[in-house]
Amino acid sequence: MAKQLTVLGIESSCDDTAAAVVRHTPGSTPEILSQVVVSQDELHKNFGGVVPEIAARAHTEKLDFCVEDALTEAAINLPDLDAIAVTSGPGLIGGVLSGVMCAKGLSAAANKPLIGVNHLAGHALTPRLTNQIEFPYLMLLVSGGHCQFLIVHDVDRFQRLGGTIDDAPGEAFDKTARLLGLGQPGGPHVEAAALKGDPARFRFPRPLLDRPDCDMSFSGLKTALLRAREAILAKKGGLTRKDQADLAAGFQQAVTAVLLEKSRRALKIYLELNPVKPVFAVAGGVSANQDIRAALETVCAESGVGFIAPPLSLCTDNGAMIAWAGLERFQRGLIDDLSLSARPRWPLDQTSPAMLGSGKKGAKA
Amino acid sequence: MTSYSRTLTLTSPQETTALAEQMAERLDVGDVILLEGPIGSGKSHLSRGIIQHLLEHTEDVPSPTFTIVQTYDAAEFTIWHCDFYRLSHPDEALELGLDEAFEDAVCLIEWPDRLGSDQPENALHINFEQLSEDERRLTFSYSDSKWQKLDGLLNG
Repeated sequence: MAKQLTVLGIESSCDDTAAAVVRHTPGSTPEILSQVVVSQDELHKNFGGVVPEIAARAHTEKLDFCVEDALTEAAINLPDLDAIAVTSGPGLIGGVLSGVMCAKGLSAAANKPLIGVNHLAGHALTPRLTNQIEFPYLMLLVSGGHCQFLIVHDVDRFQRLGGTIDDAPGEAFDKTARLLGLGQPGGPHVEAAALKGDPARFRFPRPLLDRPDCDMSFSGLKTALLRAREAILAKKGGLTRKDQADLAAGFQQAVTAVLLEKSRRALKIYLELNPVKPVFAVAGGVSANQDIRAALETVCAESGVGFIAPPLSLCTDNGAMIAWAGLERFQRGLIDDLSLSARPRWPLDQTSPAMLGSGKKGAKA
Repeated sequence: MTSYSRTLTLTSPQETTALAEQMAERLDVGDVILLEGPIGSGKSHLSRGIIQHLLEHTEDVPSPTFTIVQTYDAAEFTIWHCDFYRLSHPDEALELGLDEAFEDAVCLIEWPDRLGSDQPENALHINFEQLSEDERRLTFSYSDSKWQKLDGLLNG
């Protein structure tokens, strides 16, 4: 019989540094014993934008504290762990490297198995941590840096149905906030402005809806918004609050419409697998947007599919998802050794055709 | 130092892609291209066109805004696609190993102003201006004569 497992997860592939301890006793719900995230939100405010943690050194310093705090909070010691899991890609090279180095050090010192986890797999397996759902399920990862539909067949088998060919929606929200003179991070600010706006005043494009696949594009939307803004500026020399709100509302409606329609298509492909208990899960910071969430819930209800959105603290970057993904890999015997290397680019599904930029098609036109 | 400057007007995204592909054919190790211009002016579109033309196997070329750097292995060199919008200090770029990439890779850099005085002198500068919905004006400028290899792009 499988035994109880306790795994430390380390995540430093992007701006935040995080560590967590997750425990799973067969037959019961997994427990997050601790969760520590050192985020850069304070810095973001000071600089009026998202300031990345570039330096491996800075991550390294924070990692030590994060790991220590995570162990203390979980009231366990290194010898109590069954394995050490770490994000080994994709992400910012400095962060990924320092995370991997830290994990290797702990693994060697405590003589514990080392498990490299794909950051995106961490997000994609989170619904199993929070809701214990069965494979296969449909997943939409939608964040600042990512946007893709995946069918999660197993711990290490992900089928990508489509994704953005250029910007991710989170990035589009940030750039929209910048263009409209709203605060950063853009998501919540644009959402708040959109609440007061009239989405019908500006009609923004819904790129790639004419294509039957699940690919998306958000770069042109940003250009369209810029053009609408320029037109207002040329006419009145500035944006009123109403203009800001209407532009934000129009933009958000366009993003929502694209995600809604592409989700519908992804669900259709997924349902062809005849899953016993079909589930559509969404993760990533953008899933916090109420408009988008409501649209996705609607599309699930239409097709009788369960909808899951893990709590935001587990949707944004965190250590618990890495610990959990590591735990699932450990159960399958998927263990690495000290030769584990950092992979700044690491697509989850290396069998599906890559998403082409619209430019590639154009070349042949 | 003499510097050269020339201008191209592109009237469609397809033309930008065609230009990217012609440029891609002429790039060598150690080439640094600094792409300047506002949001939506076509910097990423040109970069994506260059990268996809050089890749042996089709790959995603996502926006590097969040990851700051994406690297790609082309047949003859590595390509660094950088977006420094989020950097606050030139030192941060050097932390990424950029100075080595300047020597042994091809670098496409968006928002290069963040590099300050660390911009390589032998780089090609391309300034993007959006003239209308589809029209872009690109101004190429350089002081290193190696960039004469780009003469005659789009028959310009």
